[in-house]
Amino acid sequence: MHPALSVIAFTNLSGAGYGLLFLLSLGSLLQFSWGQDRLVLGIGIALALGLIALGLLASTQHLRRPERAWRAFSQWRSSWLSREGVLAVFTFLPAGLLFLTRPLLDSAGWFPLACALLAAVGAAATVFATAMIYASLKTVRQWYQPKVPLLYLLMGLATGGPFLALLLSFKVGGSGASYVAAGLVALTWLVKRGYWHDIDRASPAATLESATGLGRIGKVRLLEPPHTGENYLLTEMGYRVARRHAAKLRLIAQGLGLAAVVMLLIAASIGPGWGHFIFALPAASAALAAAAAERWLFFAEATHSVSLYYGKAA
Amino acid sequence: MTSLPRYPSEKKLGLVIDLDTCVGCQACVVNCKEWNTGGYPAPLSDIDAYGAAPQGAWLNRVHAFEVEPKDGNPQIVHFPKSCLHCEDAACVTVCPTGASYKRQADGIVLVDEDRCMGCGLCAWACPYGAREMDPGVGVMKKCTLCIDRIYNEALSEEERQPACVRTCPTRARHFGDLADPDSDISKLVAARGGMDLMPEMGYRPTNKYLPPRARREGRTGEAPRALEPANPEGGFLAWLDRLLSD
Repeated sequence: MHPALSVIAFTNLSGAGYGLLFLLSLGSLLQFSWGQDRLVLGIGIALALGLIALGLLASTQHLRRPERAWRAFSQWRSSWLSREGVLAVFTFLPAGLLFLTRPLLDSAGWFPLACALLAAVGAAATVFATAMIYASLKTVRQWYQPKVPLLYLLMGLATGGPFLALLLSFKVGGSGASYVAAGLVALTWLVKRGYWHDIDRASPAATLESATGLGRIGKVRLLEPPHTGENYLLTEMGYRVARRHAAKLRLIAQGLGLAAVVMLLIAASIGPGWGHFIFALPAASAALAAAAAERWLFFAEATHSVSLYYGKAA
Repeated sequence: MTSLPRYPSEKKLGLVIDLDTCVGCQACVVNCKEWNTGGYPAPLSDIDAYGAAPQGAWLNRVHAFEVEPKDGNPQIVHFPKSCLHCEDAACVTVCPTGASYKRQADGIVLVDEDRCMGCGLCAWACPYGAREMDPGVGVMKKCTLCIDRIYNEALSEEERQPACVRTCPTRARHFGDLADPDSDISKLVAARGGMDLMPEMGYRPTNKYLPPRARREGRTGEAPRALEPANPEGGFLAWLDRLLSD
């Protein structure tokens, strides 16, 4: 599948934003000291919503007719893409109210707590819906996998977590947040390795024999493609990355996303202050960069069943 | 709504494609393009049509495959492919804008081009590659089963067929109602063992493909009949041969 920059930017930026929003809302809901801190919550929610807005803006770049994007809110009954849009916009409401009322209301009051709960649930539900856009497609065997929704949720936490650690650089809870973020990052990449293990062994969704119905006669191979040039099917769904490049990219993504981020987060946990900040900043950036590499591979390694008709594996 | 019709459609209009008689002439491909670039999904555009890298949206394409039986000679099968108007059409349910829909009355899957935002998700959901983005207009295009021909009372009765069916010189394409067991094409499917493409995907395509008939027996592995010897021994021919050779 073609790894479109707009979709990679969209899923990663909004994933990090929703991950951060989820963690902030959880901290607020559980009445952690930093979860009631006006500055942390104010900057944090603004940062999270900024990342989400940037991601949603990037997603409209994937549309050929972006002026009709508003129509995408209409089909939530059947379409995961529509659900994703509805949930994304809905989540702005409690998150925005939490942001606005934090300086005014008692954080233990029912209203901020309700907002925090709705924001956390909305954030998780939105990322889940994003993942289901891919995980519901039977045509792409690397996406039609039970680990895909789990990975999208975890990757959101693994990119949002380092941002939370960064926000808490000068707070007492900073070290704890760094450890939790490091744990989430490690868990995410562990599951990602399991996912790679799965897709390397998964059997193809179909064969050229079943795609043509000619399997009852014998082995089928493409003799002549229907057109000599490129077409939409080939540029959009025929994209493939060489296997040895994929292996190398998997290593780079893990080196950056797992090893570097975990080490930087552990270094950041030395204590509150600038020392924490100068390690947490590259940790958050590296986590985002590694997630982009991971998401690029998610597309580039995916094969579509239409490739069969063009004589390629699916 | 991009939900599928709650009940199976009364009619299941579709195509039956005979892989035995298709000769791969591409007439259906060209006539489809010709009709539809002026018909319901118009324009069906191309970019760089006369340049070095032409590309465009087509609703019907003919592949050619080689099948090799365990014993016997390989054979070539020309393979036309267009939208199969599936009963479980995931291209419809994934559509976020309501542009894609399946009709209750006849089961035809269509795109309302005024609602399509060109996200391309329906093309990802189609296992067969039946949908192509129009490079000029930026909306999704697909086979309409020529709804602007089959119901068109301005056309004569025999013209009320999809363009690809009407133009096929070997009559490898048939159009009709597959929900009616007594229709000509349903009988054809029953008689010839019509099959679904990628049944394991579970999309339940309406269009059926008729497999190539078994090749005549006695033609595999048999040495060709020997010709008259060119250098006969003795007799008139030997004399003639000697005469001409010298």
